[in-house]
Amino acid sequence: MNIVVCVKYVPDSTADRQFESDGTVDRVGVDGLLSELDEYAVEQALQLKEKAGDDTTVTALCIGPEKAVDAVRKSLQMGVDKGVLVSDEAIAGSDYAATSLVLAKAVEKLQGEGPVDVVMCGMASTDASGGVVPAMLAERLDLPQVTLASVVEAQGDQVRVKRDSDTATEVIGGTMPLVLSVTDQSGEARYPSFKGIMAAKKKPLETWSLSDIGVDAGEVGLEAAWTAVADTTARPPRTAGEIVKDEDGSGAVALAEFLAAKKFI
Amino acid sequence: MSEVLVLVDHLEGAVRKPTYELLALAKRLGEPSAVYIGPAAQAGEVTEKVTKFGAEKVYVVDDAPLKGFLVAPKAEALAQLAEKSSPAAILIPSSGEGKEIGARLSIKLQSGLVTDAVDVAEDGTTTQSVFAGNFTLTGKVTKGTPIITVKPNSAAPEEGAGAGAVEEFTPTVSDAAKKAQIVAAQPRKASGRPELTEAAIVVSGGRGTGGNFEPVENLADALGAAVGASRAAVDSGWMPHTFQVGQTGKTVSPQLYVANGISGAIQHRAGMQTSKTIVAVNKDEEAPIFELVDFGVVGDLHKVLPAATEEINKRKG
Repeated sequence: MNIVVCVKYVPDSTADRQFESDGTVDRVGVDGLLSELDEYAVEQALQLKEKAGDDTTVTALCIGPEKAVDAVRKSLQMGVDKGVLVSDEAIAGSDYAATSLVLAKAVEKLQGEGPVDVVMCGMASTDASGGVVPAMLAERLDLPQVTLASVVEAQGDQVRVKRDSDTATEVIGGTMPLVLSVTDQSGEARYPSFKGIMAAKKKPLETWSLSDIGVDAGEVGLEAAWTAVADTTARPPRTAGEIVKDEDGSGAVALAEFLAAKKFI
Repeated sequence: MSEVLVLVDHLEGAVRKPTYELLALAKRLGEPSAVYIGPAAQAGEVTEKVTKFGAEKVYVVDDAPLKGFLVAPKAEALAQLAEKSSPAAILIPSSGEGKEIGARLSIKLQSGLVTDAVDVAEDGTTTQSVFAGNFTLTGKVTKGTPIITVKPNSAAPEEGAGAGAVEEFTPTVSDAAKKAQIVAAQPRKASGRPELTEAAIVVSGGRGTGGNFEPVENLADALGAAVGASRAAVDSGWMPHTFQVGQTGKTVSPQLYVANGISGAIQHRAGMQTSKTIVAVNKDEEAPIFELVDFGVVGDLHKVLPAATEEINKRKG
């Protein structure tokens, strides 16, 4: 089985994230890392490999500037077998459509090396939080999509997942090849072991440019985007409110008074 | 005037509130055409409801041949309708499914997609709340037919009857679209409380509840509120994931958000930071949540909430 897991290198979501003047995300001023939600995707890919017991290869695929290779390295350290970074200046400022185009073309190049059975993704990135690239990938690669899984099982080429939607708990089935995405409920992602960190140094890690995957620079980047950002405004910080200490029920009364004053009661 | 396609948000034919909000936004952009993909038996009732809130046209797609095949056939149906009607825009509710339909549609129609809009202006400018609610972003689709997924509570429903002309539509569903399917489904029990993403008031509980959500639920009921939970509470198995407010759960922006026993980590703030009024009850006066609040009580929620609930019920008379 061949699994490609898509990982994104994102600005640390606990840091003070900003925008550039052209409306793109500032990816320089804040430290980057492997998106937390993609760690779950890597974990599930590794679990599928462990359960399959056969010749399964897991490849981490990432798009980004040079330093995005960190996300690929972390994936290799967790246990992924190979890594690919697609890096090209022209890609900067890409929208969902261009991002999914580059990923799809990279997957197609990997398919040239051997059939890809599962394209594994996280539920969303922690910067754009769109959650739409897996579906776009499925559309571009003409594959079925089985998304937002909290439990993943595979038997041969059959995949069964559990999904908790708002209205129901569902069991969803699909036949490989397919696109699969997993949520943060799918199980704790492993920490790289010391052995894993050492082994990662010897694993194949390639960097591809746009021409390597047959994408024209004109199809990607800020100018080619199908959407444009007009303005980004920081929300004014909330002014500190009143904080009271509860003493013998005073807190409850104060709370009720506040709610009444604001006409919530 | 151009049509604006609005995908009806419903549960087995029971129309949900975001549909009316999207119809109100659609009116700014053109003539709303509701698209109902659901059980044919409910089509009449759905038509009546969306017409009341401004639908000039109602496309009825019987979901019997599509049922269980998830988003791919729905995206095909919408794409075929879009090709037929050349709409000025396509509005879709911002659910997990809605965003995936929008995503596939974006590639099929080679058109720009804006996700999680909280407003859409007459000229098509969209507004989004990004980076955990720390930034407001305005933008526009620049290619093709704007496809916009819209969050609940983004507009007030506007009653005002449209023509409601019904057109039955039978999409051509490809074999490829049927390669993933729902094998089994266990519906959730309705809580009897307002829908979390649509509620005007949300009362949430976190680690500080210690697993006992009764004080939270009783306060919620006194206020007619929805109940939410922090990731810690969900990970501990105290509440189902559908109640989770935060980066990997729901994002809410109610009139009032009451956070109880919730420290206020960034992942939670991402889900509620834009609420109009924020209140917190927490034993720890250093909890980051207190940086966000309009009012806070430092105290034990197991004492404060029941007393507050009693006080509120007394005042309600």
